[in-house]
Amino acid sequence: MNAPTTLSEKDRTAQVRQRLVVIGNGMAGCRAVEEILARDPARFDVTIFGAEPRVNYNRIMLSPVLAGEKAFEDIVINGDVWYSGNGITLVSGDPVVSIDRATQTVIAKSGRVEPYDRLLIATGSDPFIIPVPGKDLAGVVTFRDLDDVDKMLAAAEKGGSAVVIGGGLLGLEAAHGLSLRGMKVTVVHLMPTLMERQLDEAAGYLLKTELERRGQTIVTGGDTAEIVGKDGHVSAVRLKDGRELAADIVVMAVGIRPGTTLAKSAGLEVERGIVVDDHMVTSDPAIMAVGECVQHRGNCYGLVAPLWDMCRALADNACEQPSGYEGSVTSTKLKVSGIDLFSAGDFSGGDGAEDIVMRDAARGLYKRVVVKDNKLVGAVLYGDTADGSWYFDLLKRGEDISDIREALIFGQAFASGGALLDPNAAVAALSDDAEICGCNGVSKGTVVASINAGACSLDAVRSTCKASASCGSCTGLVESLLALTLGGEVQSGPKTMCKCTSFGHDDVRRLILEKNLRSIPQALQELHWKTPDGCSSCRPALNYYLLCAWPGEYEDDQKSRFVNERMHANIQKDGTYSVVPRMWGGLTNPKELRAIADVVEKYNAPMVKVTGGQRLDIFGIKKEDLPAVWADLNAAGMVSGHAYGKSLRTVKTCVGSEWCRFGTQDSTGLGVKLERMTWGSWMPHKFKIAVSGCPRNCAEATIKDFGVVCVDSGYELHVGGNGGIKVRATDLLTKVTTEDEAMEVCAAFIQLYREQAHYLERTAPWIERVGLEHVKTGLFGQPETVKRLAARFRHSQTFCQDDPWAERVAGKDADLHQHLAEVRPLQMENAL
Amino acid sequence: MIGDWLDIGPVDQITPGTARTLPVVGHDEIAVFRTQANEFYALVNKCPHKQGPLSQGIVHGNVVACPLHNWNISLKTGEALGEDKGCVPTIPLRVDAGRIYLLRSAVIGKRAA
Repeated sequence: MNAPTTLSEKDRTAQVRQRLVVIGNGMAGCRAVEEILARDPARFDVTIFGAEPRVNYNRIMLSPVLAGEKAFEDIVINGDVWYSGNGITLVSGDPVVSIDRATQTVIAKSGRVEPYDRLLIATGSDPFIIPVPGKDLAGVVTFRDLDDVDKMLAAAEKGGSAVVIGGGLLGLEAAHGLSLRGMKVTVVHLMPTLMERQLDEAAGYLLKTELERRGQTIVTGGDTAEIVGKDGHVSAVRLKDGRELAADIVVMAVGIRPGTTLAKSAGLEVERGIVVDDHMVTSDPAIMAVGECVQHRGNCYGLVAPLWDMCRALADNACEQPSGYEGSVTSTKLKVSGIDLFSAGDFSGGDGAEDIVMRDAARGLYKRVVVKDNKLVGAVLYGDTADGSWYFDLLKRGEDISDIREALIFGQAFASGGALLDPNAAVAALSDDAEICGCNGVSKGTVVASINAGACSLDAVRSTCKASASCGSCTGLVESLLALTLGGEVQSGPKTMCKCTSFGHDDVRRLILEKNLRSIPQALQELHWKTPDGCSSCRPALNYYLLCAWPGEYEDDQKSRFVNERMHANIQKDGTYSVVPRMWGGLTNPKELRAIADVVEKYNAPMVKVTGGQRLDIFGIKKEDLPAVWADLNAAGMVSGHAYGKSLRTVKTCVGSEWCRFGTQDSTGLGVKLERMTWGSWMPHKFKIAVSGCPRNCAEATIKDFGVVCVDSGYELHVGGNGGIKVRATDLLTKVTTEDEAMEVCAAFIQLYREQAHYLERTAPWIERVGLEHVKTGLFGQPETVKRLAARFRHSQTFCQDDPWAERVAGKDADLHQHLAEVRPLQMENAL
Repeated sequence: MIGDWLDIGPVDQITPGTARTLPVVGHDEIAVFRTQANEFYALVNKCPHKQGPLSQGIVHGNVVACPLHNWNISLKTGEALGEDKGCVPTIPLRVDAGRIYLLRSAVIGKRAA
């Protein structure tokens, strides 16, 4: 859907293309354009006007941005590339102020005049401001766009109190975000029940209790009389019963109304919203409208799901294959982490409606379904929303449920006749148009189609049809669909990281970024770890993933490191350690050799060994002597060789053109440069580099994680070699002509490996798992990728290239090396 | 060094989630653990498998993973968990007014092999 069409294709049809002008750069406007492009990319010359000075983003994900769970970049739907790639003109920050239907032009605030053949109004909705005194004071904000979020974040930085007026979906999400940002939050809601449009009283009570438990104050039945100000800035909210609530910021989230001003002044038929027919055409046949600004068959929608249906109908019609929109049934989820709440359809009851309710107070569960004429018409789930999509599907299909009525409330497993052994069966039972991904409006049929078209992994599905690519709450469903569609070709579930979690490595890495997880305890909490503090397998992995995700910010957790990395030396079978100082590119000198010899004598090291990586290993050092050994080596200018770490180990070299009669390039020099660039960086596993000066390959570069083979015309770069348990020769990655290019590709390759591999996965199994093509695409698929990856690597290196030995010599973590005390039980021995 | 319990110092000399060692002349070295949940345990500092120094392992819950071969040893009972079989002696420990005490007879009760 996002694939840019080629320019030649556009040029070819330029003469016949119509001018489509879109007012509104939001979710509806851009989605409609996407749908049109998917059908006929050459039909229109598209110009999109946006009032906000930014690209198209996912407005429903503003709540996670406010809550600090996502960054703005994470919620961009279509970036600059989409506009330019599809030849779309984006006029942002310049709102349209009038439509001249007679001349078929729109006029923007700047005076810009744009003619159209077809016009699409997608002006969305405006937040409703209750007309109380003080509503215009500084510090009163709505919750509608990124500017509002920025205002709230700025307020939260100063701390203090926030009052949120409105206890609906939006208000509660705003309250949650501000509360997480450290403000003392009060929610004032006019009705007696929170989210009364979605929840009944019982579920509303559970929600209220949970929010209060989290430290928010909830005032239901609270009617705002006045917003009180001081020096032009809000200071409090006064309720009609006289209560006054202190406020440094007031968020007005009482509702929205369709944005119809432009349409009204253009003389279009407008009731509550802009009136459209089943093809989303307004009273003027040249003008279409879509989204929250429209009124279709008497209904206005304030949720995102109906947009997708409307946009499909609109595009079908615009491309002359009219289908027609028949209205939507909507469902709602509350995006407040840790509170599972789902609501769909109508549960206001009424004639002939029956309620079926189940409560489990101990587990904090509440379920209610409303049945009318043997059909499900509404459902509210609190505490466990796993069956939400099943209920929603039943509801949309209007299926007769009389056969399963008895078991309906217990969910799909029971209603289908006993517990389902295979969780995939639940997904199999969903109809093709059942919604899988709410964030991106992707149906089961679309997901299955993209799997059938070759997307046979979660990542592939995410990149092709966007399902599960936003908040990720439907990941399980998508995985089930993969399993169902591909049958035996995929494993039924992803391999989990360890027994402490149900997530696999890739999911954990993704969620650390998406949920902005910054510490191990936070990750354990947010990712629902099953053990109190993980295990010896997941703790080191999490520590690495956090370190890689937040270079310079994440504080390394010593307790989660394997002993070698904690002690900066290799533990040996007798509990002593061996110490390997770094020898850059395998080079050394008398001073270093003398220092090593002195250490060996001074600390009675029983053995010194030349390693396979061209260095010297000193064995048999006691943990309490390590700092002193390091001090002596440091004094001779030597630093830690990281021979113990999941990190860059050695760069093996041959003598190259400087001495060797066959050498084509300065392999020793390049090896030293590569080691200077890469030392100290933490990796998923140990990482070895070698540089051979000619194809005779004396440095054995073709069994290293990254190998350079110098040839007359430049440098062959090899990756994924392994001389370990399973010997693997490298794959040729690419060939470059200069040392600088070789260094750049090396940095980029390491960063790709660092960001994508599973912990304890060396490059060889990683490349065999993802495929060489994946690595090549990751590096060279787009023009700037190598540069960007290399820049990220270099950035992360600015925090890593400190000698860990020197820190210990200076006294850091001294307790790791010292005994608590020593017991000399002489008297007791005598007594015995 | 009087009484049945040996005072080995304040609790804060051990960071939660780690262990420190206590050599005992003529006897086995002891590893004193403090878990993330602030429970304290003492074991002989030798994995029942290949005598790895348990004090250097990763502590999770009330279990330590031996640094040599990743055997999981219960800090409570000294027993190897899971498929592995073996047991390391535990040393009775109590915490009183912020100080750690080990049962003296257990500390010196077993001769080093």
